[in-house]
Amino acid sequence: MKILPPVSIEARRLLPNRWDLLAAILVLAFIIAFADVSRFLVHPLSSITGHDLQLHLGDLPGYALRTALRMLIAMAVSLAFTFTYATWAAKNARAGILLVPLLDILQSVPILSFLSVTIVWFLSLSPGLVFGAELACVFTIFTGQAWNMAFSFYQSLRAVPEELIEAGRMFGLSSWARFWRIEAPFATPPLIWNMMMSMSGGWFFVTISEAISVGKTNIALPGIGSWIAIAIAQKNLPAIFEAIGAMLVVIMVYDQLMFRPLVAWAERFRIGNEQSEEQPQSWALNVYRRSRLLDVLTAPFEQMMRWSYYWHPPSFGIRAATRDVDSRVANVLWYAILGLLSLYATWRIYDFAHGNLTWGDLATAVGLGFITLLRVLVLIALASLIWTPIGIYVGLRPRLTAIVQPVAQFLASFPANILFPLAVSVIVIWDLNPDVWLSPLMVLGTQWYILFNVIAGASSIPQELRDAADNFSVKGWLWWRRVALPAVFPYYVTGAITASGGSWNASIVAEVASWGTRTLHAHGLGAYIADAVASGDFRHVVLGTAVMSCFVVVVNRILWRPLYWYAERKFRLT
Amino acid sequence: MVNLLDVQNVKRTFPRGGGEELLVLDDVTLSLKDGEIVGLLGRSGSGKSTLLRLIAGLSRPQGGALSYMGAPIEGPVQGVAMVFQGFALFPWLTVLENVQLGLEALNLPAREMRERALAAIDLIGLDGYESAYPRELSGGMRQRVGFARAVVVHPNILLMDEPFSALDVLTAENLRTDLVELWGNRKLPIKGIILVTHNIEEAVLMCDRVLLFSSNPGRVASEIKIDLPQPRDRTSPQFEDYVDKIYVEMTARRVERMRQQVGVAAIEMPLSHVSPNQISGLIEALSAAPYNGKADLPDIAYEQELEVDELFPVAEAMQLLRLAEVEGGDIKLTHMGKRFADGELNERKEIFSRALQNHVPLAAHIRKVLDERVSHSAPKTRFLDELEDHMPEDAAEETLKTVVSWARFGELFSYDDDAAAFSLENPT
Repeated sequence: MKILPPVSIEARRLLPNRWDLLAAILVLAFIIAFADVSRFLVHPLSSITGHDLQLHLGDLPGYALRTALRMLIAMAVSLAFTFTYATWAAKNARAGILLVPLLDILQSVPILSFLSVTIVWFLSLSPGLVFGAELACVFTIFTGQAWNMAFSFYQSLRAVPEELIEAGRMFGLSSWARFWRIEAPFATPPLIWNMMMSMSGGWFFVTISEAISVGKTNIALPGIGSWIAIAIAQKNLPAIFEAIGAMLVVIMVYDQLMFRPLVAWAERFRIGNEQSEEQPQSWALNVYRRSRLLDVLTAPFEQMMRWSYYWHPPSFGIRAATRDVDSRVANVLWYAILGLLSLYATWRIYDFAHGNLTWGDLATAVGLGFITLLRVLVLIALASLIWTPIGIYVGLRPRLTAIVQPVAQFLASFPANILFPLAVSVIVIWDLNPDVWLSPLMVLGTQWYILFNVIAGASSIPQELRDAADNFSVKGWLWWRRVALPAVFPYYVTGAITASGGSWNASIVAEVASWGTRTLHAHGLGAYIADAVASGDFRHVVLGTAVMSCFVVVVNRILWRPLYWYAERKFRLT
Repeated sequence: MVNLLDVQNVKRTFPRGGGEELLVLDDVTLSLKDGEIVGLLGRSGSGKSTLLRLIAGLSRPQGGALSYMGAPIEGPVQGVAMVFQGFALFPWLTVLENVQLGLEALNLPAREMRERALAAIDLIGLDGYESAYPRELSGGMRQRVGFARAVVVHPNILLMDEPFSALDVLTAENLRTDLVELWGNRKLPIKGIILVTHNIEEAVLMCDRVLLFSSNPGRVASEIKIDLPQPRDRTSPQFEDYVDKIYVEMTARRVERMRQQVGVAAIEMPLSHVSPNQISGLIEALSAAPYNGKADLPDIAYEQELEVDELFPVAEAMQLLRLAEVEGGDIKLTHMGKRFADGELNERKEIFSRALQNHVPLAAHIRKVLDERVSHSAPKTRFLDELEDHMPEDAAEETLKTVVSWARFGELFSYDDDAAAFSLENPT
């Protein structure tokens, strides 16, 4: 299955339009609003600190279970978000024109920023601190999961074959029934794929979302993430390995009990007659299917869904573009609201920047942004140099592919930041330059996207093409230049885009890393944001976040987007 | 004089799961002389393409020897160029670059490369398309690029792996005649051609000799020399005689083999996938005018626009179910076959069901097991394992799939793909 690139890459236009701009303004104003609220709310006096959390191995399964549950709840919230937001964006052209660029901006905002500006607000929601902290934690994981799921769902809804929609109309299905019986099933296989991607995204930030440290607020919720944070503080290497072990178990349980069954089950929604090479199998799905209990439990819901199909909602599913009667009035109203909203948001941003930030601050952040950009580009280039030839070598050998491919996919889903402490301890011991040696951590987890995409690309080169190259004695550099590299190029670009996006996000945890009392700093925008969060300096959090989003979106548009479309047009093997 | 190519007792196997080996080519011997076009004719699965890859040095045999102009073939050979069924053009290279690719590998000077490539493009009729990408071309034009790419390296032997089968009928005919004409005028810098095909008329039209391949494992069953002057006329009686002769030759062998198999009449008889619709379709065509129950195989194949590959399995299934009989080059409906043709859907299902019970041991076996079990259901693996004792895994899968589709039509038993289980109950 193909990984979906971010919105700004799928977009056909190079230059952002006013909707992109509006989206950016709204997101920024939203973050500022939260940051402002946070400043006025009373900081909690006591914090849930790590004192009551001990590294007893016996507690670890319980912690793992809590972490797994948080991930599950966040996934449920992400799904709810996907089904509402993406459906709204797809069904209502007027809304979609703003909602889709919004997703792009949201996707580029570093996850830590979401956490830092919302944590105080979440804590203030609940009288007891723990509940608010749990909410904040789930919210953070949610922000790491939701956007690409929503975008995938949106894309699928827009791509439902017209024939299917018409068939639904002819059988008199209401728009509600059509959504559940045609559109949602059609969008399910890619959505599940993106859920799996999202899950690994969530894992990556489980440490910072459980062991929350924003300004004076210090919270450690019982879970694997906090366990790791404490282990780092205590320089407890065995505990780190125990956490890795627990994480492996949880990831595998999720894979076996949830994702594999889902993938196998969703196979039926695949449109088209060609069967996929390998029918996905899942023992768990077979168990679920044979279970009577599950039948009994789900039967009422199924019945309810069936009844609901008689419901004919007046507007659900009608695309606004096809509506004509009231469109003028509605349009005027809609644009007026948006205009006012954008004016207000701009004023908010101006007001915030005016009192708190100077042009010098901006220059500093942008300068650091370029340093991080340099890091990302150099490291992606290095990772490409290493993994592209290896990926091609592996992909052309089916037996090797069968071994390496699952490993690479697993490594991509494994939260590489767990390994950071090990790297940091090495840097400390050998007294290496953090500006150089912390950098590889940024691609530690994301480089695998390049590897497994290139493997997929190489193994999909048709036998006939390889035979043709052999037959005409195309060998050596000529073979790499004319055959192998062009063939994997589209796959490589998709992998590199994913790796690059992930690396920006990872820079926040990679450019500042600690081991015991030693904290290593590299110069860069990631460290800038991380420091601002740690000291509770919302002005710089907001500035850093805005600059980073800007970098991500601009790099996507001027570097990756043209490459992506060039690759799709010229090199895609059909 | 040394032959262009000699193939001696070549054997090729492929590894199967569980340490088994699948024999694809067994004891194949052939030769190619200067100025000859030799056709390899047979059903898919007869190892023709495998043989072609061996000749090109793209893979190695497990036994026997191949030599090109007297020298053993131990890897891709410089003087052997191949034209592929699916064209095998590189989508990121223009027509000119695709054609030049083989020359680049020869390390020729840039000017000579260009001149030769342009000459080949000119010869094959691709003038004006030099800077186009393959995706901008129609299938026929793409295959012309494939020819140009092969011809430009001035190979002694041209290998063609079903080069026309991915093209529509008119385009294919157009390309065939162009090729025969170029060959006849000695304009091609080629000494000999090997053509793999499953189209009998194509073989008779183009080849000097045709080697008939039998399948499982692939062997050269017989050789037919086509003694007709070029260009050949499809409508001439001699041409039709050759086509008929090859048909009879191929069906006679198959019928013989099936007699043996039916003699075995065991559940482990492999079945190739033929849908009940195909069977009904052919029966209806046979029973209608002008055949009225009996037809010449080449005729009805032509009429139904079926290739040998597609026709034989259907005829075979009908023979197995005793709905028709194949004799010589003819196919004749049996009494049951005629009743099937005249019947309504329900009667057809009944006839089909009875034929399954009586003549397809595997179907009868599954039904019996289901009848005997209290639950009236049995998992797929129950039968799959049984079959895999006697045949490779994918053959077992295909056999089971075939039985399922037949049993569904005959309503003999049902199969639930989700649960991978057979049962007697009809879905509610």
